[in-house]
Amino acid sequence: MCFIRLIERVSCRFRSCDPRLYQIASLSTLLAYGLLWLHFDVSILQIALTFGTALVTQYAGTRLYKLPAFDPLSALVSAAGLCIFLRTNSMAVAALAAGIAIASKFTIRWQKKHIFNPTNLALLVVVTGSLGWISPGQWGQAAWFGFLIACLGSLVVTRAVRADVTLSFLGCYIGLLTARALWLGDPLTIPLHQLESGTLLIFSFFMITDPKTTPDSRVGRLIFTLLVALAALGVQFVLFRPHGPLWALLICSPLVPLIDRCFPGSRYDWARPSKGELTPPLSAPVFVPLSIPSQQRRVS
Amino acid sequence: MSHQDYEACEDGWAGSRQDPHMLNMRLYVPAVLFLVTLLLWNGTASAFCGFYVAKADSKLFNKASEVAIARAEDKTVITMANDFKGDVKEFALVVPVPTVLEKAQIHVGDAAVLKHLADYSAPRLVEYFDANPCRLLYPESRSMDMMGKASPSLQREKALGVSVEAQYTVGEYDILILSANESAGLETWLTENGYRIPKGASSVLHSYIKQNLKFFVAKVNLGEQAKLGLTHLRPLQIAFESPRFMLPIRLGTVNADGPQELFVYFLTRQGRVETTNYRTVRLPEAQEIPLYVKDRFGDFYRDLFAQQVKREQHRGVFLEYAWDMTWCDPCAADPLSGEELRSLGVFWLEPQGRPGRGPQAQNVFLTRLHVRYDEAHFPEDLLFQETSDRANFQARYILRHPWTGQDECTAAAAYREQLYGRYEQQAQTLATLTGWNIGEIRKAMNLAARPTRDENKWYQRLWNN
Repeated sequence: MCFIRLIERVSCRFRSCDPRLYQIASLSTLLAYGLLWLHFDVSILQIALTFGTALVTQYAGTRLYKLPAFDPLSALVSAAGLCIFLRTNSMAVAALAAGIAIASKFTIRWQKKHIFNPTNLALLVVVTGSLGWISPGQWGQAAWFGFLIACLGSLVVTRAVRADVTLSFLGCYIGLLTARALWLGDPLTIPLHQLESGTLLIFSFFMITDPKTTPDSRVGRLIFTLLVALAALGVQFVLFRPHGPLWALLICSPLVPLIDRCFPGSRYDWARPSKGELTPPLSAPVFVPLSIPSQQRRVS
Repeated sequence: MSHQDYEACEDGWAGSRQDPHMLNMRLYVPAVLFLVTLLLWNGTASAFCGFYVAKADSKLFNKASEVAIARAEDKTVITMANDFKGDVKEFALVVPVPTVLEKAQIHVGDAAVLKHLADYSAPRLVEYFDANPCRLLYPESRSMDMMGKASPSLQREKALGVSVEAQYTVGEYDILILSANESAGLETWLTENGYRIPKGASSVLHSYIKQNLKFFVAKVNLGEQAKLGLTHLRPLQIAFESPRFMLPIRLGTVNADGPQELFVYFLTRQGRVETTNYRTVRLPEAQEIPLYVKDRFGDFYRDLFAQQVKREQHRGVFLEYAWDMTWCDPCAADPLSGEELRSLGVFWLEPQGRPGRGPQAQNVFLTRLHVRYDEAHFPEDLLFQETSDRANFQARYILRHPWTGQDECTAAAAYREQLYGRYEQQAQTLATLTGWNIGEIRKAMNLAARPTRDENKWYQRLWNN
């Protein structure tokens, strides 16, 4: 009981903060762990360039699109994600990836919402152009439980506003992997091994959860995560290509406006995190400009 | 970062200072501090390549298999080395393959080419000789950036649900391509036809059948072997087109007596290959080790590898070599010629007008992976991806011979003084890399007999008394 109370207290303490602060802290810790213990092939210059370019692009976008305030938090989250995932021998590519990630938020939009997760899009553009690569096996299996704890911590601290995305994606993905193993007659050590992946956990807790690129309503999010899980397995076991979840998210992201149209919910605002329930006046099933007036819009 | 970017960056900071949201300001300070700390921490690695003295042969390891995979645009050629030592009548090979192979897709290779590839990419020992400190600048100031970073009855087959999709005799081998409806039938068929299948293989076969894989099975045709006058079995090669980039290891782990060793050599167009479902780890390299290891390099490398396997909790795949095929430095063997590479399946190399060796090999990147696997730690088949990483890497270990001249000068005294520290460092490195006893290492180096720096305490050196 004391433990639960302690968690609640910690959770309350963090409630006053922006959830992205915890994301930045978690991703930076994971990056530091990767650099110091696992000897990731990421130079300090690459990290500096990625963060620098992301912030500069965010600032340029803020000016160009005349946004009311420069908000660096999302750019920092995207930059940390790129440093964790992207490997390249060219510093120009590292900067390019950061530029693509942040610029995509301002340029690829539909109904005042960006379509692609910035980190995801940049990673796949770079990988497809053979400019860099992603090492999904880089974390190994040794530190998996530590990883899980760090990731679960994010659910507590980020007010669990998008916990449904993580939980439903992982639920669908684990269920489908287990079903495949049972159908093949494989021992369960195989799906377990496939799940013991740091890359999968980071994707599930920090990438797919981006409230700006997932459907607004809970039903929409559940449908979306099921589609992503199915597409991820399709990429891996039908097309036999690596990075299944990343490709799946990219493929399914353009479906979000359609899902939002069928299952409307309130638009997410980092300053006022919500679970997406519509306020009573907006409950009619018609697609209307949602909660943020255009003069106060945020691109983050 | 360009000058313009820099200015934009400065504008960014100025903009934030004008921003009434103090949160932004609070963020900048830790972010900048973090970046500055990381920049300060950055170091440069330098290495120079030395003279080649020895290599660690893949034959050092028991139960080692060697496979070469040439791949580009989903077109794959697999060469399977065959070092079968027993009675050739007993030899049988069962490999899951993604497609039914035609006769032209099966070939018998040359063991010598595979051996050449193994020698070229082997972990190596190099040596340097210190120069006279009285005449030259100490060579540590030099740096080179080279390292960068049979035919059963048809009825029986039907009853067992096994179909012989194709049947060929290639060289000294009889080859069958089988497909099956269910694993028990396939297992029975293989057993009845003289293929020794380990107990428990049924579930693995079942999984492969469900994944729509076919089975490439080979036996030695004794008549053909006698006709060819061969005393050894040559490597089998298969060529197919499939998006699957994997190596099935699960059949080999069933009922295996201890872990097995696998060397995979990838010949690709773009860059280094790594595993996507296991961690690929670079072996420690460019480490200075004691001179006496020269005669025990095989033992050294075997123990170093065992130590690294332990460190990765038996779940790592190790990178031993990654290099552009056009050159090597130092060379454990000459780079392979265009003809040799083509014989290993490098189809994107155009045949040369004239035969023979030469520096014509272009656009071929070699990756050598070494894995020690068993069922407990490697439950899933190895899945690979080709990356765009063309940074060179080699498992290279260094012997540095001290200068033994008699010249006397201040530099020579300082040089002799620091030698003891260097020997101790080499002993520590060797112990860490191999897990060998530090005491025995020191003994083998005669370190105990040497005066140590500790005999002159710091205060004695301070006042010279």
